[in-house]
Amino acid sequence: MSGLTDPAILGAPERDEGGRSLWADARRRFVRNRAAMAGLVVLLLIALFAFGGGLLARHDPATVNFTLIGVNAYKGVPSLETGYYFGTDAEGRDLYARTVQGTRLSLLIGLVGSLVAVVVGTLYGAVSGYLGGRADGAMMRLVDILLSIPFMFVLILLLVMFGRSLLVMFVGIGLTSWLSMARIARGQTLSIKGKEFVEAAVATGVRPSRIVLRHVVPNLAGVVVVYATLLVPEMILYESFISWLGLGVQEPNTSLGALISAGSKQILGQYTEPWQLWFPLGIFVAMLFSLYFVGDGLRDALDPKDR
Amino acid sequence: MLSFVIRRLLVAIPTMIVLVVVSYVLMFAAPGGPFNSEKPLPPAVMANVEARYGLDRPYVVQIATYVWNIVARWDFGPSFKYRDQTVSGLIAQGFPVTLTYGFWAFVVAVAAGVSLGVAAAVRQNSWLDYGAVGFAIGSSVLPNFVLAPILVLVFTLWLDWLPAGGWYGGEARYVVLPVIALATSYLAAIARITRSSMLEVLNSGFIRTARAKGLPMRLIVWRHALKPALLPVLSYLGPAFVAMITGSVVIDMFFSTGGIGQSFVNSALNRDYSVMMGVTILVGALTIAFNLVVDVLYAWIDPKIRY
Repeated sequence: MSGLTDPAILGAPERDEGGRSLWADARRRFVRNRAAMAGLVVLLLIALFAFGGGLLARHDPATVNFTLIGVNAYKGVPSLETGYYFGTDAEGRDLYARTVQGTRLSLLIGLVGSLVAVVVGTLYGAVSGYLGGRADGAMMRLVDILLSIPFMFVLILLLVMFGRSLLVMFVGIGLTSWLSMARIARGQTLSIKGKEFVEAAVATGVRPSRIVLRHVVPNLAGVVVVYATLLVPEMILYESFISWLGLGVQEPNTSLGALISAGSKQILGQYTEPWQLWFPLGIFVAMLFSLYFVGDGLRDALDPKDR
Repeated sequence: MLSFVIRRLLVAIPTMIVLVVVSYVLMFAAPGGPFNSEKPLPPAVMANVEARYGLDRPYVVQIATYVWNIVARWDFGPSFKYRDQTVSGLIAQGFPVTLTYGFWAFVVAVAAGVSLGVAAAVRQNSWLDYGAVGFAIGSSVLPNFVLAPILVLVFTLWLDWLPAGGWYGGEARYVVLPVIALATSYLAAIARITRSSMLEVLNSGFIRTARAKGLPMRLIVWRHALKPALLPVLSYLGPAFVAMITGSVVIDMFFSTGGIGQSFVNSALNRDYSVMMGVTILVGALTIAFNLVVDVLYAWIDPKIRY
């Protein structure tokens, strides 16, 4: 347990200590968790698909094949010969290329959302927790206020007023994602603050800003990593939800939510082109599943008290 | 206790003001007002229109009037898009619908979720437990916008048991699918939380004492374990409520139930700002009120909380 309170090990995991560090322990635990490892493999495959799958596409995602309109149901079927691996969508575009595009967007949204949460949320929470007293009260009150605003509605308001661009989406998602992270980081900071090494740093006259950055934040890493992984699927769901409503990204750009929306309309309307739902939905579900398993595995590996 | 309630109210009011001001400021910061169209209006006409909606006065006066009208007369102003409709009229139309299926979904999620979680914890590592855990994981990756089309596919297109949408004054067969689609993922989350907190409680000392003196399991669970085990569930109800309100937008859009979410999305597509703002503020007020109730309940049930 002494590894837990030693900032040197947590702060610089790459240094070879000779013994087993907390991170090496965590890695061993993670590798032994079969569900988490399977999730990681699936996730890597999906990332490969999202960022490299375009190389295999034989059609441009935005090009409409007019010869398919009206005969989509039997000419646009998924096939290796025509190069439409996932078939075509209702407009006669290559669904494979569009799914690659949508998956990429979903992953990016998830990454940006959790990145903002990690940077802003951790710093905010650490500062608030470290300062304590009035400042802490005021800073956390602000978080409470923002948390009780139904952000999905505000995000849609933002998107409608400032145009449905990716930038607005990223800003809006970034605005919300850091809030609960700040709370978690603050709670953790409160317990770190009382530890001896912080006391030692204060006693030797280290500046507060340096204590927060060098001694508190590295010790938050475990909790932050776990929570950030669990935040990724949440952000992806957010974006898909908005795109599903038709208020998210605009054509010709697309996202998994928009594709699922189009696919489910097709399947409930005519049921002649079911692949339009099953392919995007399959990737979406696989992605969320693997993210949850990886997040769970990380929590088991990094949070020693939760075993 | 009373002072705790009053203190919580004192937080709730600034939250509400922040929400109103933010949405109002957003509206003015937005490029392009509600009356901009492809063919610009002559300046004189524009001035008339703005005077009609009170948009020519200073912002502070506008916000104050807006808030005063809501508080004093439940008047959210006219719709910017449809001259014969007021925002409060639209809310009065859609809100009872949302409330009806939202209420049932909430009841189903809490009742079934808690029972499932308790049963799974009491019979840990049985098929029931594995089933509950599997269900919980499965439905966390099936958000309601994915679940809804699948439900319609199965229960309407394949089995032909229930209608695919519509409301018809809340006739029972029209309510079933929206309730299931809205409740499932929260049901699963509540079951998961109940299970883990119940397991923790069942392993604690006072339960061992109760078993040692020979109380039957049923009594132990009912009398001793249930109340402490439900505390984490109670604190999840706040976020669950917010998520359900957001989810109701999907339900309204997918099942055409005519609830409040439908007018929100339609107004978003039409850039009808006043309707969007009205719904956002109403939803925010509901959320804040609900969180207040949950907090008070929590303080009432948990004797450890000091207020």
